[in-house]
Amino acid sequence: MASMQGKPPAFNSAVVRWIDKRLPIFTFMHHEYGVFPTPRNFNYWWSFGGIAMVMLITMIVTGIVLAMNYTPHVDYAFDSVERIRRDVPQGWLIQYMHMNGASFFFIAVFIHLFRGMYYGSYKNPRELLWMLGVVILLLMMATAFMGYVLPWGQMSFWGATVITNLFSAIPVFGEDIVTFLWGGFSVDNPTLNRFFSLHYLLPFVIVGVVVLHIAAMHVAGSNNPTGIDPRGPQDTLPFSPYYVTKDGYAVVVFLIFYAIFVFFAPDFFGEPDNYTKANPLQTPAHIVPEWYFLPFYAVLRSIPDKLGGVIAMFGAIGILFLLPWLDTSRVRSGRFRPMFKWFFWVFVIDCLVLGWVGGNPADAEISILGMHIPLLWIGRLATFWYYFHFLILLPLLGKIERPLPLPASIADSVLKPAAAR
Amino acid sequence: MRKLLATGVLALPLLAAPAAVFPALAEAGHGPKLLDTRFSFEGPFGTIDRAAAQRGFQIYKEVCAACHAMSLMSYRNLMDLGLSEAAVKGIAAEVQVEDVNDVGEKIERPGKPSDRFKKPFPNDAAAAAANGGAAPPDLSLIIKARPNGARYVFSLLQGYVDFDSLTDQQKAEFGLAKDYKLEEGKHFNIYFQPGEQGYKIGMAKPLSDGQVNYVDGSKNDLPSMARDVVTFLAWASEPHMEARKRTGVRVVLFLLIFAGMMYAVKRKIWADAH
Repeated sequence: MASMQGKPPAFNSAVVRWIDKRLPIFTFMHHEYGVFPTPRNFNYWWSFGGIAMVMLITMIVTGIVLAMNYTPHVDYAFDSVERIRRDVPQGWLIQYMHMNGASFFFIAVFIHLFRGMYYGSYKNPRELLWMLGVVILLLMMATAFMGYVLPWGQMSFWGATVITNLFSAIPVFGEDIVTFLWGGFSVDNPTLNRFFSLHYLLPFVIVGVVVLHIAAMHVAGSNNPTGIDPRGPQDTLPFSPYYVTKDGYAVVVFLIFYAIFVFFAPDFFGEPDNYTKANPLQTPAHIVPEWYFLPFYAVLRSIPDKLGGVIAMFGAIGILFLLPWLDTSRVRSGRFRPMFKWFFWVFVIDCLVLGWVGGNPADAEISILGMHIPLLWIGRLATFWYYFHFLILLPLLGKIERPLPLPASIADSVLKPAAAR
Repeated sequence: MRKLLATGVLALPLLAAPAAVFPALAEAGHGPKLLDTRFSFEGPFGTIDRAAAQRGFQIYKEVCAACHAMSLMSYRNLMDLGLSEAAVKGIAAEVQVEDVNDVGEKIERPGKPSDRFKKPFPNDAAAAAANGGAAPPDLSLIIKARPNGARYVFSLLQGYVDFDSLTDQQKAEFGLAKDYKLEEGKHFNIYFQPGEQGYKIGMAKPLSDGQVNYVDGSKNDLPSMARDVVTFLAWASEPHMEARKRTGVRVVLFLLIFAGMMYAVKRKIWADAH
């Protein structure tokens, strides 16, 4: 790493010096988190990376404790989760923190992702950094999906059945793949066991990719709201204490919202049906995935063909890998892109519309001014727009848009308006 | 031209915006609105009305328990509702529990506080067979397992209507199909699974005015009893609800103060950077 080549700081403690000479972890921490030159102009949207990290740690810590008390067996899983809630000391707290933590982890990560999109954080030289982020998102989705199966409620079971069945759309090998995933011929005890095993494993894989994600970030340096590179010390601040305190404040504010849901509305993000033990003989009237999957669920349902739907759904995430090359504009930050700025917000709304459609029954209708419009068609329009945004708009905008003049430097953009005030 | 193009493309998705703003779903089969009421346990500071929950347990024991299990509850849990240890021992001892003695023989013994609530049927198949094919649901989590659960159960208990006395116009208002028929053993409940062929519940009207005589002489008309039993079931669905809210108040207050301090520190650190 570029910043590792600096001189080691003079440590006061002889023990620290002794260790650092043999394994320079203290020098590493000093360079990467102490004096690491960070653009001085981050807004609070930049805090969501650190917030996501805090949520990841929260999930792993609460998850390890839950695993001590959970029984991965179809006959006992549901009751063991209830036992955690009722009889394990403070178990209710750990369980609610974990259950709602998943939602707040996704909230943080989605904001982090949209921030990257708006400020062009995926552009040269940060393409790999961005792609590692998409890998983290995919791993999170797999982990969350399998975690949702573990309480073995009705929605756990039927969600698992619906989603694993999607793989049967794969030509030729589809059915065999599904049997392989299930470990049998239906979602059953072997499925629950392997999901538990993988649900415990994947978070540590996520940690590994997060390390790579951060390492890549420390090579290229952070992007910033202007999107222009720092030109010297006047453009940056040492990470500590400036961003330690700023991110720290943001984390605590985020935790307030998290706590409000954990303690006062723990079932807000959940489905009542999951408080009924899984029953393979009784299909719930309305199978819905967790809220963070709803936009993708809407994409899946908007394609009339099963295989097509599956491809469109996975493609909706896959296309993010190509984003660095689909966006042809050389200007990073949306601040200086008058047209992109608008389309970015249209895209955000589009994702929200998809989420709303995905949360309603497939045959639902909405009445506007007496017209009955099937949600399916709104979902199709929104799906079209999702792909249109990436495949047509972004390549085109870079060519036709005339960006605003960029500031001469970060310090310029920060200090000049302040002086004018 | 470029601007025009941009505006045109922009306007497209805005057409979809009203959909997000007015999510008035035109979905068929909405039954009557649930009865409007307030429960003691609602809201961020709501607590369980202990007296009502104890009365609710009496209703469960004397009426519901004939068909509905509460497999997640133990008799000892009742002490959290304010019953004395002696009272709980007495309640537990009223039932006979299957067990195995020291030499491995099957025996029946009086219940202990550590025993789970005795189930009315040995298994789901027996429960279904004795109830016209549909096993009565376990009530341990029923309030959490239904949307708007407390109000739903409260309404359901009061939602029985004599189907034969319905006029054709009323049937039309419920949106019943022309060939609607209430099968033998089914009952008409205006809150149960609304739909063209809906409203059919296997459970006969479980509670009527004055059915249970309360030890404390409280009012025992149907709405009061429904409220009491819902209070009991709401407590059973989450026995630590009060601890959760109490802890929550402390945690949020702590975090607010912590956030204020973090903000002050941040301001001080950043003072020389602006």
